[in-house]
Formats: sequence, C-alpha cells, structure tokens
Amino acid sequence: MFDVIFLQFLNGLDKGAAYALIALGLTLVFGTLGVVNFAHGALFMLGAFCAVTVRMLLTMETVTIDPEQLSPWGSPLEIREPLVQAWLGDFGAVLVNYSVPLSILITIPIMLLVGIALERGIIKHFYKRPHAEQILVTFGLAIVAQEVIKSVFGPNPIPQPMPTDLRGAADIGAFLGMQANIITYPIWRLIYFVFAAVVIGGVFAFLQFTTFGMVVRAGMADRETVGLLGINIDRRFTIMFGLAAVVAGMAGVMYTPLLPPNYHLGMDFLVLSFVVVVVGGMGSLPGAVAAGFLLGILQSFASMNQVKAIVPGIDQIIIYLVAVIILLVRPRGLFGRRGVMEA
Amino acid sequence: MTNLMSRNDLLLFAGFTLVVLTMPIWLAPFGAGYPDLLQRFMIFGIFAVGFNILFGLTGYLSFGHAAFFGVGSYAAVWSFKLLTLDAIPAILFAVIISGLFALVIGYLCLRRSGIYFSILTLAFAQMSYNLAYSVLTPITNGETGLQLTLNDPRSLDAVLGQSVAGQPVPNLLGQPLSGYAGFYFCAGFLILAFFLAQRIAGSPFGMMLKAIKSNQTRMQFTGFNTRPYALSAFVISGMYAGLAGALLAVTDPLAGAERMQWTASGEVVLMTILGGVGTLIGPVIGAWLIKYFENILSALNDQILARFWSFLPDGAADTMVAITGKFVGDGWFLTLGLVFVIVVIFLPGGIMEGVRRIAGMFRRRSGSSPATRTQPAE
Repeated sequence: MFDVIFLQFLNGLDKGAAYALIALGLTLVFGTLGVVNFAHGALFMLGAFCAVTVRMLLTMETVTIDPEQLSPWGSPLEIREPLVQAWLGDFGAVLVNYSVPLSILITIPIMLLVGIALERGIIKHFYKRPHAEQILVTFGLAIVAQEVIKSVFGPNPIPQPMPTDLRGAADIGAFLGMQANIITYPIWRLIYFVFAAVVIGGVFAFLQFTTFGMVVRAGMADRETVGLLGINIDRRFTIMFGLAAVVAGMAGVMYTPLLPPNYHLGMDFLVLSFVVVVVGGMGSLPGAVAAGFLLGILQSFASMNQVKAIVPGIDQIIIYLVAVIILLVRPRGLFGRRGVMEA
Repeated sequence: MTNLMSRNDLLLFAGFTLVVLTMPIWLAPFGAGYPDLLQRFMIFGIFAVGFNILFGLTGYLSFGHAAFFGVGSYAAVWSFKLLTLDAIPAILFAVIISGLFALVIGYLCLRRSGIYFSILTLAFAQMSYNLAYSVLTPITNGETGLQLTLNDPRSLDAVLGQSVAGQPVPNLLGQPLSGYAGFYFCAGFLILAFFLAQRIAGSPFGMMLKAIKSNQTRMQFTGFNTRPYALSAFVISGMYAGLAGALLAVTDPLAGAERMQWTASGEVVLMTILGGVGTLIGPVIGAWLIKYFENILSALNDQILARFWSFLPDGAADTMVAITGKFVGDGWFLTLGLVFVIVVIFLPGGIMEGVRRIAGMFRRRSGSSPATRTQPAE
C-alpha cells in the first residue's frame, strides 16, 4: 500500500511543479504591481513555443530531389540534409538532441523582453484601474497571444522529443532501498521537479539575499514609503514582471516533452493556476508554491481507481472543490497575509 | 403607462421594440437577414442583458455564467424528451432549473467579492463543465451531446395523443418554430427581457444594486443587508442565462457541454464590455456585433479577400490578402481579441461611451453646453 501512495505522490509532483511555477509568477506580479494578470498562462505557452521554434530552426534541412534514384514507393528520392549536422557534425546532432533544455537559454532573454514590453506598453496604465478591468485587458491579451500562435504554428499540438539519454524511467524504489521495479518514475519528470525546485529556490534567494530583492520586498509591503525614500520602485517592479514572465516561460519550455504544446495550453493552465494562487493566498509566494504542489498531489491521488470508486468523477473536480472549500472557510487562503485582498 | 415609466424610458423601449421587430428588413442589406443568425442575435442579446443585470448593476464580475446557459439548454432538451415538444413548458422548466442552480451557486459565491468572486464562479462553472463531460454522462450524454430521438417518452404528448412522424422538432402549440416563426418567438422573449431589465434598473431594487456597486461597505454601515439584493440579482441573471440557453435548445435541440466551458463565459463578458457595461442597450449591441462579425468574418476566405483588394497593384494586393487573411476566417478570434483590448484600454465604457462622447462633442460645438453630463451608471 505504501508504494502505491508513494507513487501517486511522485506522480503529483511534476504537475504540481508546473502549477507552482506558474502560480509563483502570478503571485510575483500581483504582489509587486497589484495586477491580476490573466495573460500569465499565455506567457507559459509562449515559453513552450520558444522551445518549438528553437527545435524547428535546429532541424531545418535542405531537400534535394534526385531523379536518378527512386524511393521504395517509386517516386524520385528526396535527399534530406539536416543543416546543423552538416555544418557542425556530431556537435550539431547533440544540439538537436538537447534542443529542449537548450532553448531555455534563448527563452530567458525573449521572455524578459516580452514581459517588460507588456508591462511598459499596456499593464502600466492599469495600476489605478479596478481589478475587473485588469482581468479584462489581460484576458484580451491572452486571446490575442493564443490566436497569433495559432495562426503561426497551426492548431495541432507539436510534440517535442526529450533528449534520448533522458528517456526511460528511474527506479526510485531501489534507490531508496526498496525492492527493484516497484516504484519507477520517468526521468524527465524527475528533472522537471528538480528544475522547478531550483527555479523556485532561485527566486526566493534572489528576493531574500540581494539588495534588489530587499527593495522589492520592501516595496511589496509598503510601496509609497519606499517611493518616498527616493527609490525608483516602479522600475524594479517592471523588472519583477519580466522575471515572472521568465519563470513562466522556462516552466513552459521544460513542460513541452511532457505535454505537446498547442495554442490553448496557456488557457488550460491559467484557470488552474489562478485557483492555485487563490488557495495559497493572494500575494503570498510560499503560499503559491505550497498550494501548487498540494493541488498537484491531490489531483494525482484523486485519479486513483480506488478513490474514484468511492467518489465517482472526483478527479475532474478535486482542484475546484478544494478551492471552493478553502475560499469559503478561509478567505485569505492558506498562507495569505491578513488584509491583503480579503473581502 | 406614463406614471409607470418616464417618457424617455418609454421611447427607448418603443424604439428598441421597433428595431428588433424590423431586423429582418434592415439587416438584409448587410447579409444578416436570415432567421438562423437573427435567432442567435436574440438569444445572445438575452444572455448579455441578463449578464449586465449582475455585472453592470452590482459590479460582480462572474466568469461562470455559461454554466447557467448550459443548464438551461439541458433542462429544455430534457423537457422535450420527457414531457412535450411544446416550447413553453421547456422554457419555464429551464428558467426554473437554472434559477435554482443560480440560487445555490450564488449563495456560496456571494460570500466573497472582487477577484475571489470571479474565481469562485469560474471554479463552479468548470466543475459543472467537467462533470457534464464525465460522471453526469447519463444526464448530459457526454461528448455526443443531448439530442431528441424518436423513442423519447414525451409523456404529456402521449397523453394528449399527439405523435410525430420523423425527426421530432420543438414547436409552439403545434406550430413549427422554424425560420422566421422561430425568430419572432425569440424576439418576443428579447423584448420581454429588455423590458424587465429596464424596469429593474429603474426600480428601487435597481437603485440598491447600483449602490452595491458604488460602495458596498457604506451600504452595510447604513444598515442594509446587501447580500439578499446581490443574490437576487445573481439569480435573475442566472435565469436570463437559462432562458437564453433554452431558446438555443428550441431553435437547435442539441445540448452539448461545450456551451458551459469558461471561454463561453468569457464571450458574454466580451459582449457586455464591448457594448457598454451598465447601460441597458449596450450589452445587446455588443452581442449583436460579436455574433454578426463572427458570422461574417469567419466566412471570409482568401478568394473573397483577393477580389476585395483587386484594385491594388498585384504585389500590394497579395500582401494585403496575406495580412488581412490572418484576421478573418479561422483568425477572427484574433480580431476580436485585439478589438477587445483596444476597447478596454481606450473606451472602458464600450460602444455606448463612444456614442456618448461623440454626441457630447457635437453638443459642445453647437454651443448649447448642457450643465448636466450624463454619467455612466455606476
């Protein structure tokens, strides 16, 4: 029994990690700028499509048709020559193989730019306007982003292979001293979890141990006073928006091998991660992370057959059910501070 | 009548009725004068008017209204299946069921306000949607959607000895509701819905709702318990959504879960905002415009565009076709998203605010500056 429960716990981790990463970015934006960003899921999707683009560029090939030779189907043979391999040899093959993790390097600057442009271009004008209007404008932006992606990449999911060395499963049970082959877990999911933990740890360390982070935390607590001290808090908050976009983008890149991205990936995750943020408590970073993992794991337990036999359909609604109960019983969420958006 | 409604209200109502009833005539030159589309205009008009009673008057932004729309559809189809093919019982049944549903959900959601209320309604709507697809399949028929079959019991019809030959279709007292009959049936309901919304907005109850929007805390300090008022608004607006869903089931007796998805809830929000939130006529105009352009733009394709741009030199025409092609056909949602973003940024009051601004400009130019500027209802 223990191994079944442990396995479900592990299964919940990777989804929980994705929720936690998106919710972390949402909370960063809400905590600093006070903006409810419905376009955050779109940033996750944009990150995923950065990975798609990188792979497309790396696997570009020249096609020459050789009329002399015939393919087994009788048509003239097409000779495809991958460009990157042609230029770089084996190193090119390695690049293609590791395209997903490599695209993080390109995603970071792109998402930083996208985030800063979004904040300076549009969201800046919405600080003083009601939350309803912030929701509406970011919701509109999310539609625009997903439609642009749809018209460029088409409506179908585009699978992204993971690097060949990282396929397969790790025998965690044996590692922990149990019998072999009872608890096996796909390596990439493990990597995703570790990656999420590193990113989350990085964001917390950045806020906790750097001067920049200290100023941002001070600004989150009392924006006006920090402004009165002569610190340009707006600029720092803009950078935090960019950082939130980067976190969402990286989460999207690393998630592509687990779920082939398509244009409504962002919307699918957005609703859930908003629920996560609310459960964790608006504006609380630890709350967002904890609630992300909690809901991911709960969802994985709810999809066990034993549980479904007791409460049919629970796997479909568990997250929303938990959110409704938490909001009604404890309005500021699990970790929310007193008085922040409490109503 | 004059002591019930002010002269302006009466004029607005009469004008609205006239515009709606003559729609088949004046919309014909725009390529929209056919009953199928006009019925949709009516149905989504009702949906938007109802949504505005909640969002426009009380300021509570619900992101789960499609759930009531879907419940209305399902209830109406079940009434067709179990009771009778007549439309009136189906509509009554749907409105009652969706009202009860809204009562339960509203009671829970209205314990919170602001963003929490939005998330709660969203959570409930998503739960209904997911359940309709999975566990509730015996009621909703899952992905296939609920539809009428020849073997339905239809107990009332059976008692009255009516039987149908061929595919069963909803009717009204034995008259089929296809084509323009269906349009006028829906139009009657839209006019009724508009009239009720107008009466609500002008009544003391409507004043209460507007007061909730402008300052709920102050209301409570003055000694009002605001929740029953907000809950009534929520239930009324849920019933409007149920009515719209039932009418959609009357014109097309096939109910599917995708009507409850949160993007459908988002659509009614778009309609209301685009037209002008808090105004009576705005949401209806928003619904009409969105449905009209959805229909027109998604039918365009590259050949039609090429003909349209053919006056340009060849290269330029091709470029224009390529560019505009992204915004029509499948890409029409992109246009909608862009328009919506622009409206929220520059014209938060929607089209009605635009009309008011232009009217104000003309009034100022003519010199007679009225001291009282009409304020948006908030």
